[in-house]
Amino acid sequence: MSHVHEGSAGASNRVKALVAEFEAAGILTERQLDDAVESFLAQAQPATGARIVARAWVDPGFRARLLDDGNAAIEELGIDLTHWAPVKLRVVANEARRHNLIVCTLCSCYPIALLGPSPSWYKSDAYRARAVRDPRGVLAEFGTSLPDDVTITVWDSTAEARYLVLPQRPHGTGKASEAELRALVTRNGMIGTALV
Amino acid sequence: MFAPGDRVRTRVTNPAGHTRLPAYLCGRAGSIAYVLGTLPFPDRRAEGDIAATETAYTVRFAGIEVWGAGAEVNASICADLFESYLEPLA
Repeated sequence: MSHVHEGSAGASNRVKALVAEFEAAGILTERQLDDAVESFLAQAQPATGARIVARAWVDPGFRARLLDDGNAAIEELGIDLTHWAPVKLRVVANEARRHNLIVCTLCSCYPIALLGPSPSWYKSDAYRARAVRDPRGVLAEFGTSLPDDVTITVWDSTAEARYLVLPQRPHGTGKASEAELRALVTRNGMIGTALV
Repeated sequence: MFAPGDRVRTRVTNPAGHTRLPAYLCGRAGSIAYVLGTLPFPDRRAEGDIAATETAYTVRFAGIEVWGAGAEVNASICADLFESYLEPLA
């Protein structure tokens, strides 16, 4: 894919013009738009992803449903991924000998609704190029060294599906509450660049 | 239509317009890992057919298939690819 992204000022002016037209036509008010953005941002943060992960750690039935049909499972928690566009959620689980890493080589697709805006390195050319070619090397630079007998799957988000890594539940947390577990889940753990 | 486990090869293509088939995965053999179902098809939407959809699949490629002998051991790539990018492989 080789298209040129216009500058953010150009896009911003076009959005303003579009909103003005919608308002003039009585289709949308600025207030409605603000409310929609606000409710989206309230959910779009790593705490939402952590809520999903912690629930999967304590509830094997939820975990199974989450891996089978991510959208339906997070609906049980009142989390909606599709109110702006139909996006399919795929949750991929780390295991003792299986690790998952998420990337978008074409642009920067990311589960914003569940993790908030992506970190700048996720959008960098270096991460996007190297994650698919040298995943062990990239992980090592993040401080995560995986032995050769751990199978790594790199998920390249090339269509309207978004990926979330379900990290392994840390050892020694058998007595932790769901709320305590939530606090252990990190953003990078849900991208796959870190273990939890 | 493909089913999980089917062997496929991606077409070699370099369209003038939009595509979601990354160049590094052109002409590579892989297997269907998951059927994503009907998804918006950006290649056609970019040309003005704003409701275009197509069946999409998650296709798994072994590292060695994509990168050759220098590939990392025990690593594979899964990408979400549309039906028209794929041809069956016996």
